Amino acid sequence: MADTSDIKKGFKMLMDGVPFAVVDHQFVKPGKGQAFVRTRIKNMMTGAVIDRTFKSGEKLEEADTEERTMQYLYPEGESRVFMDTKSYEQLSLSNEQLGENALYLLDGTEVDIMLFEGRPIGVTPPTFVELVVTETEPGFKGDTSSNTTKPATLETGLQVNVPLFVNAGDKLKVDTRTGSYVERVKG
Amino acid sequence: MPEVLRLRARVMEAIRLFFKERDFIEVETPAIVPSPGLDVHLSAFEVRGPNGDRVGWLATSPEYQMKRLLSDGAERIFQLCRSFRADEHGRHHEREFTMLEWYRAHATSEDVIRDTEELAARVGETLGSPDIDALCSPWEQITVDEAFERHAGELIDATHEEHFFRIWAERVQPRLGAERPVVVTNWPASMASLARLNDDGTADRFEAFFRGIELCNGFGELTDAREQRVRFQRDQAERRNAGLPVYPIDERFLEALERGIPESGGNALGVDRLLMLLTRGESIQSVMPFPAEGL
Repeated sequence: MADTSDIKKGFKMLMDGVPFAVVDHQFVKPGKGQAFVRTRIKNMMTGAVIDRTFKSGEKLEEADTEERTMQYLYPEGESRVFMDTKSYEQLSLSNEQLGENALYLLDGTEVDIMLFEGRPIGVTPPTFVELVVTETEPGFKGDTSSNTTKPATLETGLQVNVPLFVNAGDKLKVDTRTGSYVERVKG
Repeated sequence: MPEVLRLRARVMEAIRLFFKERDFIEVETPAIVPSPGLDVHLSAFEVRGPNGDRVGWLATSPEYQMKRLLSDGAERIFQLCRSFRADEHGRHHEREFTMLEWYRAHATSEDVIRDTEELAARVGETLGSPDIDALCSPWEQITVDEAFERHAGELIDATHEEHFFRIWAERVQPRLGAERPVVVTNWPASMASLARLNDDGTADRFEAFFRGIELCNGFGELTDAREQRVRFQRDQAERRNAGLPVYPIDERFLEALERGIPESGGNALGVDRLLMLLTRGESIQSVMPFPAEGL
């Protein structure tokens, strides 16, 4: 069994049946007193971050989690099907589970899927994806420096604000951490 | 050459000069000792010889030996040495670290608090620290009870030690000395360790904090050998009950107390932490040339 000495960034532990990932941690030992490990941990199911203090040496249950690289294949009803790039094993996640991340998926997009006790609980898309604009107001030629933006809809349904020079049919680089436009991509 | 080497060398020099100006002499005491200190929350490294027999432990602090020197007639002594603590590792802890420990005979904890303030200011000047103004004497003093009331909004009964330290670690200590260092006095008698008791029954022990970090731990020293033995035996019993190694009582230290030491004040200060704070470092490892993880 694990204990507090195993705590490091990214360590995953089970508390009341819920997996938590360590975001930050600090060993504290007040004066000549009892030592503790203060942690900031993230609920891997809900994303909520909480503070928790453990007695130094306290036993911890390591969460049975595994991250696998998988390729997006196709939609199936209200779900999306993915395939493990090594074992070719397939699994599906509901659109609800995917949330915003569903809007970064194109055929063949590789994502990291977090499994908890064998069940998928979260998806990390690539940091940047390239998506084609399907709908936006016509662009203004030459206006490449303006800070003014307009809304655009991309091929996956994702909505982003883009500079005025962007046209339908353009390919854009999007940051999936913020869901925002980065640049126009040539070709 | 790494900047940290220059920085440390300058600070060591400044500390030595500081004490020399005050008629202290620098002393050296053994790193391998017959008892590493009995405090229940300290864990020591055991030292074994080539035949597997135990030789002793690495000192968690030079306290016993330095107080023996007081009984031999030394009146103002200081030491810069390595101290060793097993099971301590974090941004503010290393298994070996540089301890500055000093004792003043015929003096009180108040005198030693003054030394601490002046020393920190001197080190701050040496480093050209942005905190020079924050360090000037006198530092605010509050009791342990006041610290709990102020920062946790309640008094905590020290008989439930784990709860006491949990609240301390979570809510009190991180807020201590946010702007200027603060000295916390009047510790519960059960945490007196090697300190004498005040008239109100609390321990004549102090700790200074700056930006939530403990800088030092000092005592008005307990000089009563019989009382010290009772405390050691209580610590041993507590260690036994907790399933921890029961270190022996350092009899030569108790003999020294029996022979007699003058009323004295002493303090142990973490040099790495002081350096870290005054250079606004992120960790003590940032001011150590050989942190354990980089060995």
